[in-house]
Amino acid sequence: MIESHLPAYIALTFVLFSVLIPAFGLWRSELSHPIAVLGGGIAAGFSLFGFIDVINDGSIRYFFGGWEPPVGIEFVYDGLSAFFVLVINAVAFFVLIHSHHISKREFPGKEMPYYSLAMLMMLGFNGMIMTGDLFNLYVFLEIASLAGYALIAIGDRPAPYAAFRYLIIGTAGGTLYLLGVGFMYTVTGTLNIIDMAAMLPMLYESNAVFAALILMIVGIGVKAALFPMHGWLPDSYTYASSSSTALIAPIGTKVAAYILFRIILWLFGIEITDAVAPISYFVGVLACIGILYGSIMAIAQSEMKRMLAYSSISQIGYIIMGLSLANPWGFAGALLHVLNHAIMKACLFMISGQLRLKEGHSDISRFDDGYRKKYPWTMTYFTIAAISMIGLPPLAGFFSKWYLALGTIDNSNWLFLAVILISSLLNAVYFFRVLEKVYMMDPSKGQKEPTDAKRDEASASMLWPTGILALSLIVIGFANAVIVGVLLDIFPM
Amino acid sequence: MKIMLDFFLGHYAYWFVIILLCIGAYGILFKKNLIKKTIGLAVLQISVVLYFVSIASKWDATVTVMDPDIPLDQVANYLNPLPHTLMLTAIVVGVATLGVAFTLLIAIYNRYETLDEEELIDKIQ
Repeated sequence: MIESHLPAYIALTFVLFSVLIPAFGLWRSELSHPIAVLGGGIAAGFSLFGFIDVINDGSIRYFFGGWEPPVGIEFVYDGLSAFFVLVINAVAFFVLIHSHHISKREFPGKEMPYYSLAMLMMLGFNGMIMTGDLFNLYVFLEIASLAGYALIAIGDRPAPYAAFRYLIIGTAGGTLYLLGVGFMYTVTGTLNIIDMAAMLPMLYESNAVFAALILMIVGIGVKAALFPMHGWLPDSYTYASSSSTALIAPIGTKVAAYILFRIILWLFGIEITDAVAPISYFVGVLACIGILYGSIMAIAQSEMKRMLAYSSISQIGYIIMGLSLANPWGFAGALLHVLNHAIMKACLFMISGQLRLKEGHSDISRFDDGYRKKYPWTMTYFTIAAISMIGLPPLAGFFSKWYLALGTIDNSNWLFLAVILISSLLNAVYFFRVLEKVYMMDPSKGQKEPTDAKRDEASASMLWPTGILALSLIVIGFANAVIVGVLLDIFPM
Repeated sequence: MKIMLDFFLGHYAYWFVIILLCIGAYGILFKKNLIKKTIGLAVLQISVVLYFVSIASKWDATVTVMDPDIPLDQVANYLNPLPHTLMLTAIVVGVATLGVAFTLLIAIYNRYETLDEEELIDKIQ
């Protein structure tokens, strides 16, 4: 009985807790963090339960008010959406636990609105993933974006300007998406994704469908930070407070990538996408440019958060490249990379937040070899996540790149394969730079051991979430065959 | 010539939408003042709202309330209400976006005392 209502429960949990947090937070401000963690935990539990249920019993379609589509609206909880909901809710749960001390330090007295907005943003993201209706997708996109702009504006001095730029670019993208939805509505007369997908083969090579596809890819590409539309991302992630970045960075661009998956593979299907022009190849080339651009720019940064932000642009490129390959290996690699990158990026941004809390900065050029004495566990987790980002076996990052590479070989697409290999080397450059600072002795200081460094590890509420995420990278690495087996079943063709 | 003219006049609502879309995009891309950028954004959103409104408008058709004189087999005589109702939501979203945008502008002005983009970038660096 509970299963058939599960999609609605996940969304309702976030609505309920976004209201509960102000209700209790006005009474006792310190209650807002535990309530937010509770909300995130309940939602993560529901998503885990739902994912297992979908794997065993097939997808769930929840009709609101019992009205069947195309008249009514619905939540579609199939393999793809169950997977994404599980990934984002699980990561958000750990990030919410971790944000306790950072929120007290970076924006004291504003915890209550912060957590309430975080819940609203998660509602938007979950809604975007689960909805089966293109217009509702737009509404959820705007809910998530508006909450996201506010979360980014909490932070350093230039944060409101970064958030404003994101708002202008992001809303323009959302508006273009809406125009694309309008085109699709005029030619099909429906907004339901499943219903529309059934009609589209009749509109093969239609100009309106082609224009709508371009508008949707551009609009959602802004949110996903696909290469030429990435301009908002580095500033936003750098200036936003550490806990906001750790929440938005692993989740936001993934959800946009999910919409591209849904639109290109489910709604249009790869044949209609490529009917007029080779759109999927073009998107793949943009993703490749983004991969190389993000990696090269990341090498040039000395601020750790900015380096990680550019690395995000590069990593989202892998996911979209896997989508553009449109074969089972590329698809499985891209989805596995969604999971891996969400965990790795959350872990790395949480560590940058820990360092900011302890040291007051996260400037790589000022890191020294005392860090491994002061923060032995933090640096261990950083090393695991960094090595996974580079893609060394047996960590999780290796396997997603491996399956992506298999996908490129399957399509005989040697350009994309070369990009994956070159980018792995570039990743190694910018992460080993940090590891070198932390683990190698500084030759200019001579042979003496750093004596002033005492052990000063971050508190347990920050270490445990980072540690669990880092360890899960190893677990995913070993369990990759099982996960990929599940993901290959999701592939629509 | 006549066909051309009919094409332009017959689609005049869409030409307005295109013009508005271009004005909005111009405001976003080229205006240096952040308030003007926000106005450009509002114009861009409204152009899409007008597009949805115009695709559902129809001459000699009535509102979507069952009329005994128009039986249901002549359903083309009723307007399609869905695009208009969708736009109610889209307008609300647009208003909320403007609210957030102006809140951010107030925060920017309080911190840097300017809303000119070039001055702002100078002050941030």
